[in-house]
Amino acid sequence: MTALLVLLCVILIGIIVVQIGKVTELASKIRGEEEAQERTNRTQAGYSMIFMVLFLIGTVVSALYYKDSMLWYGPNESASAHGGSIDYIFNLTLFFTGIVFIITQILLFYFAYKYRARRGVKAEYISHNNRLEVIWTAIPAVVMTFLVVGGLEAWNEVMADVAEGEDFIEIEGTGYQFAWHLRYPGPDGKLGARDYKLISASNPLGQVWSDEKNLDDFHPSEIVLPVGKKVRARITSRDVLHNFYIPHFRVKMDAVPGMPTYFVFTPTITTEEYRAKLGALDENGQPKYPEWHQPSDPDDPESPAKFEVFDYELACAELCGTGHYAMRRVVKVVSEAEYQDWLSKQQSYYESTIKGTDNDPFATEAPAEAEALTDASQDMEEAPAEEAAAE
Amino acid sequence: MDPQTHNPPAAGLAAAPDAHEHSGDKYQSTFITKYIFSQDHKMIARQYLITGIVWAVIGALMSVIFRLQLGFPEEDYAWLRPILGKWIIVNSDGIGSIAPDFYYAMVTLHGTIMIFFVLTGSLSGTFSNLLIPLQVGARDMASPFMNMLSYWLFLLSTLVMGASLFVSTGGFGGGWTHYPPLSALPQAMSGSGAGMTLWIVSIMLFIASVLLGGINYIATILNMRTKGMSLWRMPLTTWSFFVTAIIGLLSFPVLLAALALLTFDRSMGTSFFLSEIFIGGQPLDHIGGSAILYQHLFWFLGHPEVYIVILPAMGIVSEVLAVHSRKPIFGYKAMVYSIMSIGFLSFLVWAHHMFMSGMNPFIGNFFVVATLIIAVPSAVKVFNWIATLFQGKISFTTPMLFSIGFVSMFISGGLTGIFLGNSAIDIQLHDTYFVVAHFHIIMGVAAFFGTFAGVYHWFPKMFGRFMNETLGKIHFWGTMIGAYIIFWPMHYLGMAGVPRRYYRFDSFQAFGQFDSINQLITIATIITFGLQVLFILNFFFSIWKGRKVTSLNPWKANTLEWTTPITPGHGNWEGPIPEVHRWAYDYSTKGAIEDYVPQHHPVERQGAH
Repeated sequence: MTALLVLLCVILIGIIVVQIGKVTELASKIRGEEEAQERTNRTQAGYSMIFMVLFLIGTVVSALYYKDSMLWYGPNESASAHGGSIDYIFNLTLFFTGIVFIITQILLFYFAYKYRARRGVKAEYISHNNRLEVIWTAIPAVVMTFLVVGGLEAWNEVMADVAEGEDFIEIEGTGYQFAWHLRYPGPDGKLGARDYKLISASNPLGQVWSDEKNLDDFHPSEIVLPVGKKVRARITSRDVLHNFYIPHFRVKMDAVPGMPTYFVFTPTITTEEYRAKLGALDENGQPKYPEWHQPSDPDDPESPAKFEVFDYELACAELCGTGHYAMRRVVKVVSEAEYQDWLSKQQSYYESTIKGTDNDPFATEAPAEAEALTDASQDMEEAPAEEAAAE
Repeated sequence: MDPQTHNPPAAGLAAAPDAHEHSGDKYQSTFITKYIFSQDHKMIARQYLITGIVWAVIGALMSVIFRLQLGFPEEDYAWLRPILGKWIIVNSDGIGSIAPDFYYAMVTLHGTIMIFFVLTGSLSGTFSNLLIPLQVGARDMASPFMNMLSYWLFLLSTLVMGASLFVSTGGFGGGWTHYPPLSALPQAMSGSGAGMTLWIVSIMLFIASVLLGGINYIATILNMRTKGMSLWRMPLTTWSFFVTAIIGLLSFPVLLAALALLTFDRSMGTSFFLSEIFIGGQPLDHIGGSAILYQHLFWFLGHPEVYIVILPAMGIVSEVLAVHSRKPIFGYKAMVYSIMSIGFLSFLVWAHHMFMSGMNPFIGNFFVVATLIIAVPSAVKVFNWIATLFQGKISFTTPMLFSIGFVSMFISGGLTGIFLGNSAIDIQLHDTYFVVAHFHIIMGVAAFFGTFAGVYHWFPKMFGRFMNETLGKIHFWGTMIGAYIIFWPMHYLGMAGVPRRYYRFDSFQAFGQFDSINQLITIATIITFGLQVLFILNFFFSIWKGRKVTSLNPWKANTLEWTTPITPGHGNWEGPIPEVHRWAYDYSTKGAIEDYVPQHHPVERQGAH
């Protein structure tokens, strides 16, 4: 019934609008076409100016309104070492394009308004102006060069792989439909070999158990990282494309089946520090970011405030199927001591799940095969904890 | 003023001997040959336009459906069940929700339909067909039969795409970019089965249609211009259609090849794009393929494709701005050179869609530079459009309003491209709503505005009547405001990092805090969609009941299409084809009696230009 009523209303409105159209057309016929056109020009030119003013105000005001939650100011600050350089280029670009945006929009609508057709006024024959055209070709070219150089400098720095002999933690994220499977290298600091043909329910990553480096690898349910330490994320996929995306770290890289990719980053703010920042009070004792002080569960006013339960998140940013929107993993950034504490509590996947079961390759025979591989893994020493903390 | 009197007796190169036979309508004497299997470029243009309108409505309706999901995911959609059937999942409480598979199929088909069918097939198909012969002074296309074939392949391809939604496994849901392995493996998503097979067939047919059309446009422009119509005298519309057709001819075959290889991967066990995949509980045999290779092939078409979409709109807007400001387009040569350089550069920037795809970051450097170089000719075009308005005599007709709207959109959307083209910023913005905002404004809304400007401007030529101006203006302002309200806030979502192609946002703290923006966008979408009904009413109403055109040249324009009869018959000109003596932009020249001098007017010896 309501649907019918709505439909009826819509049809009625349609008819009314069509009638208005017909009436104004008739009126213009009576009044004389030229005068009608001049009236139209006046009103439409006026609308253009009103639109321009409201539009520009709207863009600026909305930008300021959403600044806190969005524009990489305030709470949405990057939490990684390289993030700042990306945010800087972003803001630099915003500055230049903002100027161009406002000037060109104003000129466009103002010229349209100013040079509306009026009786007795003729248009000026201006076909081109070489000097002007050279200038306005050169200016964007120069500004672009400036932005490109800045952008590429940041790009090449951000995308560089770890250097030889550098101290870093390697972690691995494997996308599959629809979650991230995480792997840490364990005490030896090295991830073991994988073969996708070995993947099974008990061996979700297809780890090759004859590779000794695999035996201490563990599979946590969340990423835990020490603050201030370089991390190399090895990113792979088991089935279709995924994308390893941690928005607060400005980290994003596709996971491609059959071709491991990587992203190197250094977390700079611990989860606790970030929570404190979100919950901060200004000089008047008022919350700086009130939206983060709302209860985390909207139905329960007693639930902890949003900032108290804030976590960095790992998401998927490459359409991978129907569950694409739900590939969440928590990322925790902690102090070095907490990290070591957490590490010591992790049990290797082999120890916890494989050892002693039917799937254990070592259950029946001695690991003769594995011995050959130990040489390679021995020269990799685990980074001393003190050194990392001093950084 | 009767332009026929100015015609010198000599006709152009085109079809002169049989011109009189054609004008006798021997080839379109029956209903079927005139309205259905027509070979007349003007009828084919109208067929393209109406098919395009139908698909635009369907494509927009799809966006309304997925916007409902994004804005109001908790709402009860059980009432949609009679229409959408099993794609509305009703839970035990009787609450209906939109199935994720269906949501993704809607997202995918919305993109495919809008980009390929509406803004490539229909936009080029309508205006290239209508205007190229009329503006260069030809009786018809170089090959009218191929032209007809092009339309029917286009229609067939759209029907196959439509049918793909109705197979039991549903339409393809992997995005219009259809990256493998998602698009290659039926196990990966239900839509990747029969739905994807039909998707591929449809796009292959579509490519054949585009190529047949494109060859025709190029041949007509190169070989069938009337006497005196040198390339440098062609209106910018024809220039942009020309370059668009060349880009299409060079880039679409690459997608065809890619689709063929993808088909081999899907059904013949080859491994072009697949490697080391474990899916559906078992490892696949494919080894050694590269999923990234497919992205290179796809974007080698995909990026030129966005210029295929926007260049015709640019051409239309350039022409409309000049006519309705009574001024020559500012910097005609610079405009032509920027169309050419955009066309050329469009082939060198494809991998800027792939900065985060895992390709070697070093290669990214080259594509950043090429991408930001393309901003220069684009900027030149904007400045030239604005300068065209300067000291003009602007009539605020509906086509003019849409052209001004186009420039505004082009500025807004173009500037955000500078963010995305810079790979460092793209790390954060890639595949977020910032991208959605960017491309919708610059190639969705802007290209639609160009199309609307063209429809309102050339409606008199197509149907011999005007569209209603008042309705047109309501349509314009509503769409202008609505489009900005829909797409502007998406920038903020993107800056906050909200990824695109999410079915819902509440599983993440970081993305789930923007309900109000999403609701605003959805409501604006529904209203703006509703406003388009006004255009459709106006369009079909005006075909039969619109104000009649009484003069040959209602906009007082210079181009040749306005020298034909009000409703030109087959063969376009009743007498000989007019000869061209000047460029298309002699508006408000000093010393002329009127404020325009059509192209076929002879130049007096001491005359300008």
